[in-house]
Amino acid sequence: MSTHKNDFASHATLRGYLTGFGLSVILTVIPFWLVMEHVLASPVATAVSIMALAVLQVLVHMVYFLHMNLKLEDGWSFMALIFTLILVVITLTGSLWVMYNLNVNMMPMPAMSPETSQLP
Amino acid sequence: MATSLTDRSTFHLAHEPHHADGGSTLLGFWIYLMSDCLVFAMLFATFGVLGGSYAGGPTAKEVLELPLVAVNTAMLLMSSITYGFAMLAMDRNRMRLMLAWLAITGVFGACFIGIELSEFHHLVADGAGPQRSAFLSSFFTLVGTHGLHVTCGLVWLTTLMIQVIRYGLTQANRRRLLCLSMFWHFLDVIWIGVFTFVYLMGTIR
Repeated sequence: MSTHKNDFASHATLRGYLTGFGLSVILTVIPFWLVMEHVLASPVATAVSIMALAVLQVLVHMVYFLHMNLKLEDGWSFMALIFTLILVVITLTGSLWVMYNLNVNMMPMPAMSPETSQLP
Repeated sequence: MATSLTDRSTFHLAHEPHHADGGSTLLGFWIYLMSDCLVFAMLFATFGVLGGSYAGGPTAKEVLELPLVAVNTAMLLMSSITYGFAMLAMDRNRMRLMLAWLAITGVFGACFIGIELSEFHHLVADGAGPQRSAFLSSFFTLVGTHGLHVTCGLVWLTTLMIQVIRYGLTQANRRRLLCLSMFWHFLDVIWIGVFTFVYLMGTIR
């Protein structure tokens, strides 16, 4: 098993790092450009675009910087990642969904209307 | 009960399969990172719920400065690639080159923290501190937690550089450097979420 001298190598290549870096720069510049220059007319289209670009960049980082693949540690790293992603999705969508509904269905009280929100 | 314990103690393989010392550390550290990911998921969810509650105070659009965030994002991305170069130097046993890249990584990380602290300082000085509104509370918690992680990463980086200078590129030090590599790149992944959902989405909200 450990006949070779070095048990801990990064399995990385210069080419991989440079590819990841180049893609990351592109995927960072585009969303900042979209928002700062108001390229798209509708805010919804801008929001969807920058979220899609963020997901892409996370994938780029996972592959080129964290060297994630299906075989790492006999697949256990990937299993842990998938499990975590499921929990993250449940946490985020669940929280936003429940709290949005609570907010919408809350009985409006006089003190909570925008006109009177300046009161102490 | 007593018998079952003795039974269990007699069970062992005649020849334990050999694993490198700390061979499972990298998987364990990855699982720690995943649990850290859940911490950030909570904070992102909190910010998602409270991010629009300005309580009559400043809105995200008014207080967040995108050019500053763009510079900060560049700092973190640069520090990621320089850490990568350090790992390549480690693979080729180039200790001095690796230490140089690690030092550059540390400088970029310190710049990131410095810019973030000055941003926080301006916000608090302008009366937009964490106690002003739910939006600002969740903003400071999320971004502050990320900044705290980067600070811990910097302390760890410095410690490991001293370790390498004193004891060389031992197997234990290589393992630690690979763990920090994962930690550092992981923080960059979290930052993608922060600049997208907090800064960019806050500005177009």
